[in-house]
Amino acid sequence: MVDNIKRSLLVSIWFVFLTFPLMVVKVNTLKNIVEWRWINMLWVAIGAFVLSIVWRWAMERRQLKNKKAEQGEEESVLPGFGQRLLEDPKIFKPVLIALALVTLVFPLVVDIYQTNIMVLALIFVVLGLGLNVTVGLAGLLDLGYVAFFAVGAYTYGVLNSFFGFGFWISLPLGGLMGALFGIVLGFPILRLRGDYLAIVTLGFGSIAKIVIENWEEVFNGAKGIANIPRPGFFGAEMSIHTATTYTYYLMILMVLFAIFITNRLKDSRIGRAWMALREDEIACVAMGVDMARTKLGAYAFGAFWAGLAGVIFASRNTYINPNSFTFMESALVLSIVVMGGMGSIIGVIVAALVLILMPEYLRAFAEYRMLMFGAVMVLMMIFRPEGLIANVRRKYAGRKVVTEDANARG
Amino acid sequence: MEYFLELSSSGLVRGSIYALIALGYTMVYGIIQLINFAHGEIYMIGAFVALIVSGVLTIYGFSGVSILILAGLIAVIYAAAYGYTLEKIAYRPLRNAPRLSPLISAIGMSLFLQNYVLLAQTPDFLRFPALIPDFEFMEPIAHIMGSPELVILVTSAVSRVGLTVLIKYTRIGKAMRATQQDMTMARLVGVNVDNVISMTFIIGSVLAAIGGVLVGSYIGQINFYIGFMAGVKAFTAAVLGGIGNIPGAVLGALVLGLTEAYAAGYISSAYEDVFAFGVLVLILILRPSGLLGKAVKQKV
Repeated sequence: MVDNIKRSLLVSIWFVFLTFPLMVVKVNTLKNIVEWRWINMLWVAIGAFVLSIVWRWAMERRQLKNKKAEQGEEESVLPGFGQRLLEDPKIFKPVLIALALVTLVFPLVVDIYQTNIMVLALIFVVLGLGLNVTVGLAGLLDLGYVAFFAVGAYTYGVLNSFFGFGFWISLPLGGLMGALFGIVLGFPILRLRGDYLAIVTLGFGSIAKIVIENWEEVFNGAKGIANIPRPGFFGAEMSIHTATTYTYYLMILMVLFAIFITNRLKDSRIGRAWMALREDEIACVAMGVDMARTKLGAYAFGAFWAGLAGVIFASRNTYINPNSFTFMESALVLSIVVMGGMGSIIGVIVAALVLILMPEYLRAFAEYRMLMFGAVMVLMMIFRPEGLIANVRRKYAGRKVVTEDANARG
Repeated sequence: MEYFLELSSSGLVRGSIYALIALGYTMVYGIIQLINFAHGEIYMIGAFVALIVSGVLTIYGFSGVSILILAGLIAVIYAAAYGYTLEKIAYRPLRNAPRLSPLISAIGMSLFLQNYVLLAQTPDFLRFPALIPDFEFMEPIAHIMGSPELVILVTSAVSRVGLTVLIKYTRIGKAMRATQQDMTMARLVGVNVDNVISMTFIIGSVLAAIGGVLVGSYIGQINFYIGFMAGVKAFTAAVLGGIGNIPGAVLGALVLGLTEAYAAGYISSAYEDVFAFGVLVLILILRPSGLLGKAVKQKV
């Protein structure tokens, strides 16, 4: 106990030292004044002290958990709530029905502002589900996913402002354009390994934004494209309120569609090929999987959803400019996938809702939200790396063969 | 011709800065195969600390070169402390985790540090004092290369030589090379791998902070966001040269800096980033492991 406090005191002193110039001193280089904010030092000291105690306690628990897992005791651990939710029909069915009801009446009971935020959250659900295929299933790290989102949004924006295309024609076109870009960009990077892939995709993301910003004739540059129509319904006139509600239901349908497709795909031939590619590329190719086609498929498929989501995003905002498509958005979608639990569909949905809605409803902490967001990302990785709801691999009930070899390898 | 020389000089200056940051990326990557996304933030923090220290010193009546040296020194110490703490909090617990986990943790750390500086200081651009003195002997060619440029080139080169000496001829350098080749084996022969990794972060952070101070003084303003783009560019440079390879990082950085300068000068400054990434993609298509990287044969 004494030892614990002593260590926390040292940590506290270290952080006071570390944060001293940035937290305490503030200089105004124009007027040559220094402002000393000593009170901040106190906060840092107390905060670091408390956090270090909590940190050590959490680390001890984590170690205990890891040790148990190593000794193979995980079988006896009760399945987590998330898993029980999925597997036990007694819980699963009523929860699903309740959820469906809430989803249906949601836009009718809350105001337009809330519905609008929910639509945004649902757009990110679709983005998350799309990137989940590329990163979660196929294991291709994509840091420039937002580029395909931008392709979708600008497909609608440009087609509408130049040729007067409506939402319903642009929607599939946006998706196809996304997929096309996925394939085109996928080609040169087929041979690259993990981290090279990361930086090249990051580059593509930045290039997309720069091109949009500077190609005034087509994309209207930094000014963006305005007056994009909302989704229509057989030409019916709609007030903003109805249109938002309508977009909401549309989005729900699309999410269901995306869940259905990705779920079915997971157990399909190409889905298994993706997962095999993720686990071991060489073994996978040796088994006769066409690497190029499988990888391009993953890119195209992921990009397709981003394209669709982009079109809806453009129609929701009725205005798009390059600033909606920065690296931050890519990082956000990637965090949704990772925090949800790689490859887990329910996890992605929960994570998307949490990450998009939380900042919207925590406006009081608006200043601190990105700070907390960053900290949560780090903490999640350390204390719950499997994500909010871990992906459960489908197991086939068959004969259980335990060989000496498998035991030895552990 | 003069225009060409001007562009070359500005390209080399950029390249030298990228090299200082890229070295940190490539060293960390070489040892623990982690893209330290928060490395650009260390560079930014280095620049901020230097700005704050020089501001305080100016008010207390110091002047000229003494400010540059003191501010630089303190910035370097702080950057090293931040790098060390960063590794300990965000990466060490994830040593044996799947590859993506430390990367996400790094992105989180990068966001955290950016917003920490934003909240603790200011979201606005701050004016950075011109600390680098003007040398008289540079007057005749000042339109091609002025004193700040010269100082940047020389400092960067000296730092690089220092790093090479450190890695080639010292005990810790030997331990670093051993850890890079085979971490388990290094541990078996008595290398304290944890210390080596901490040391790598510290050295990388020191180099980044030197870059931060030089850039701040050269460009004349900084804000909390400068680390992101610089980090991405430096990482691009490291990949270009073959990540994990120290001379490769320097070469990649110079190629990248020159490409950007020529693209900005001859074509359009709006598209310089496009060319930077274009060169990266092109080189990676032709040489998938970078300019100087060895093609690693995968064994099954």
